[in-house]
Amino acid sequence: MTRRLVVRRLGVVGYADGVELQRALVAQRTAGEIDDTLLLLQHPHVLTFGVKAGESRQHVLATPERLAMLGVELHETGRGGDVTYHGPGQIVGYPIISLKPDRCDVHLYVRDLEEVMIRVAAEYGFQAGRSPGLTGAWVGAEKIGAIGVRIQRWVTSHGFAFNVNTDLDFFRLIVPCGISDRGVTSLRRLTGRAIPIPEVEDHFVRHFCAVFARES
Amino acid sequence: MADVVMPQMGESIAEGTIVRWIKKVGDRIDRDEPLFEISTDKVDAEIPSPSAGVLVEIRAKEGETVPVNSVVAVIGEAGAAVAAPAMIETVAAAAPSRVPSAAPPVPVPAPADRPARAAVPAPAVEASAAPPAEGAVALPRQRTSPLVRKIAKEHRLDLARVPGTGLGGRVTKDDILGFMEKGGQAARPIAFPAAPTPGAPTAAVKPGGNVEVVALSVMRKKIAEHMVFSRRTSAHVHSVFEVDYTRVAKIREARRADYERQGVKLTYMSFLMKATVDALKAVPIINSSLDGDNIVYKKDINLGIAVALDWGLIVPVITHAEDKSMLGLSRAIQDLAARARSKQLKPDEVQGGTFTITNPGVFGALFGMPIISQPQVAIMGVGNIEKRVAVMEDAIAIRTKGYLSLGYDHRLIDGAVADEFMSHVKKAIENFDPHAI
Repeated sequence: MTRRLVVRRLGVVGYADGVELQRALVAQRTAGEIDDTLLLLQHPHVLTFGVKAGESRQHVLATPERLAMLGVELHETGRGGDVTYHGPGQIVGYPIISLKPDRCDVHLYVRDLEEVMIRVAAEYGFQAGRSPGLTGAWVGAEKIGAIGVRIQRWVTSHGFAFNVNTDLDFFRLIVPCGISDRGVTSLRRLTGRAIPIPEVEDHFVRHFCAVFARES
Repeated sequence: MADVVMPQMGESIAEGTIVRWIKKVGDRIDRDEPLFEISTDKVDAEIPSPSAGVLVEIRAKEGETVPVNSVVAVIGEAGAAVAAPAMIETVAAAAPSRVPSAAPPVPVPAPADRPARAAVPAPAVEASAAPPAEGAVALPRQRTSPLVRKIAKEHRLDLARVPGTGLGGRVTKDDILGFMEKGGQAARPIAFPAAPTPGAPTAAVKPGGNVEVVALSVMRKKIAEHMVFSRRTSAHVHSVFEVDYTRVAKIREARRADYERQGVKLTYMSFLMKATVDALKAVPIINSSLDGDNIVYKKDINLGIAVALDWGLIVPVITHAEDKSMLGLSRAIQDLAARARSKQLKPDEVQGGTFTITNPGVFGALFGMPIISQPQVAIMGVGNIEKRVAVMEDAIAIRTKGYLSLGYDHRLIDGAVADEFMSHVKKAIENFDPHAI
C-alpha cells in the first residue's frame, strides 16, 4: 500500500519559524500522530550552518557588518552539511517522513533527494547529475540543488534547497557547502527566464511521490 | 554493561563522525533517549541509547571519526563505576574515591606515587565484573584507540607493557607495532604504566594548572590549519640574501613628496614589489604551482602581501601586478591594507595569489623563514632595513641594508633557481633606475 504524503506549501517562512515548525512535526511524526509530510517554502535571506558550525563559519566570506547591511540573517541548525544560503526564489523542501521500515539508510535517503532534484531539472531540459563525493544536484560543474539532512529515530527533517530564481550573487558571501572550486546555478540562469515557483513546486510534489513511493 | 557502537546508518557507510555527546559521563539515560549525534556525508543523525543505565565511559571524542560498529561508549547499570574521561574538567569527579565497593578490587596507585604522570587523567577503572584475562595484573587502563586495542587483542599483548609516546603516555599504533618488532613479547617486568619517555609530548594542560583556556578564533584556526598543511605539502628550503638599499633610500627621499601629492606613500615595499614582479618575469617558475605531475605556470602575477592585523594575519592580493607601475602597486597595497584592517576586503581580494611577500622586518626581525602560502611555490620575507657598517672596496662605509629571505618548495625549485631569482631582486634594488618610478 502506498503511504500517504501530506504536502504543505507555506510560501515565505522565517528561518527560525521553519525550524520550530519542523521540530514540532518531527515530534508528532515520531509519535505517529501525523502522516509523512513535505513542507515546501521559501526563506528570506539567511545563511545557515550545519552541525559542524565552527568549521563552516570559516566558509562565510563576508563580514558581519556587510551581512547586516544586506539583510542576511545567520542561523545555526542541526542539519548535516556546511554553510548554505537560502533566499527568495529558492524552493526549500523539508520532508518530515519516517524512513522506517524499508528505507533506513541515510545514503539512500540523500541519493533519493538528489534523484528528485535531478528529475525536476529534467522537466526543464537539463540533465543534472551527481558529483562523486559532493552531495547535491549538479548541472555541469555548478550546483543547482543542495542537501542537508537531520535524522532522529529515522524521522527526517531539513532537506533540500533548489535554486529556481535565486539571486546567485548571495552565494558569493560564502563558500557554498565548503566547496570552493565549484559554482552555483539556478533554473533561471540556465533557461534565461524566471520560472513560476508554484509550477516547480508541482514538479517537486510529483517526483517526490514517485521516488519515495508516496501518494499525495 | 552495554557497549554503544557507531551505528551503521546505511549500506555504503563505513564510518561516522561524532558531532556531539548529548549526555555526559555519569549521566543517567533511558533506553531510546538521545545519546549522541553523528554526521556522515550530508546527514546529521541523533542516536538513541540502546539501553537504560548510566553513561560510564565515552570512548570516542567529539570530532572523532570511527568505523561502524566500533564501541563509542559504555552504558553501565545505575551506580556503576565511572571511568575517567579524557576531558580534564571532569578528572576530579572520577577520582578513585568514587569507586564503589561493588567494583572488583583494582590496584589503584595513589597519585602521589607517580608525580611524573601528573598530566595523565586519573586512573580509569573498568567497572566490568569479569576478572582480567590471562592472569594479567589489572592495571589502570590507558586510553587507546580501537585499532590499538584490536592489535593488542590479536597478538595477546598486554597494553600496559607497551610504553606509550602519545598524549599523556597513550599507546599509539606506532608504539605497539614498534614494541612487537623489537620482540616486545619477551618478558618485561610488569610495572605500572611507564612514565612518558623523555621528550615525549605531554598534555598541554595539566589538571589544576594555573592557566586560562581560550578558544581559537576562526581566523587563527584557519591560519593554523593552512600552516601545518603547507609544511606537510612543500619541501621548504630557505635562502637569505643581503641587499643594499642605499640607492633606493636616496630615490625614496627624493620622490617621496611626489607620491604624497598623489595620496600614496612611497615605501621600501614599493621598490620591492616592483623588483619582485620583474624578477618573477625573468624566472617564471617561481610564479608557478605544482599540480600532480605538472608544473602550472601562471601567466598573471598576482602578488600577495601579508598584512599583520591586531587579530591575526591576512594576505590581500594585487592582481595583474605585471601591468602595474610602481605608483599603481603602491596605491593598490595601501588600499588593500587599509581595507584589510577595517575588514572591508572582498573575498576575491584575498584569493588567487601566485607569489607572496611577507615583512617580518617591520617588527625588527633581521630576516624570517616564512612558510609558503599554498598552492604557491615560494614566498619572500623582507627583513629589517637599517643603516649598517659595510665594507666597500676595502673601506668601511655606512650603508642602508637588509636581508631578504626566500622560502621555496624544493620539490619544484632547486637552490640555483631560487638564488637566480633572488639575484634578480637584489640587482634590481641595488641598481634601481630612478626613472622607473
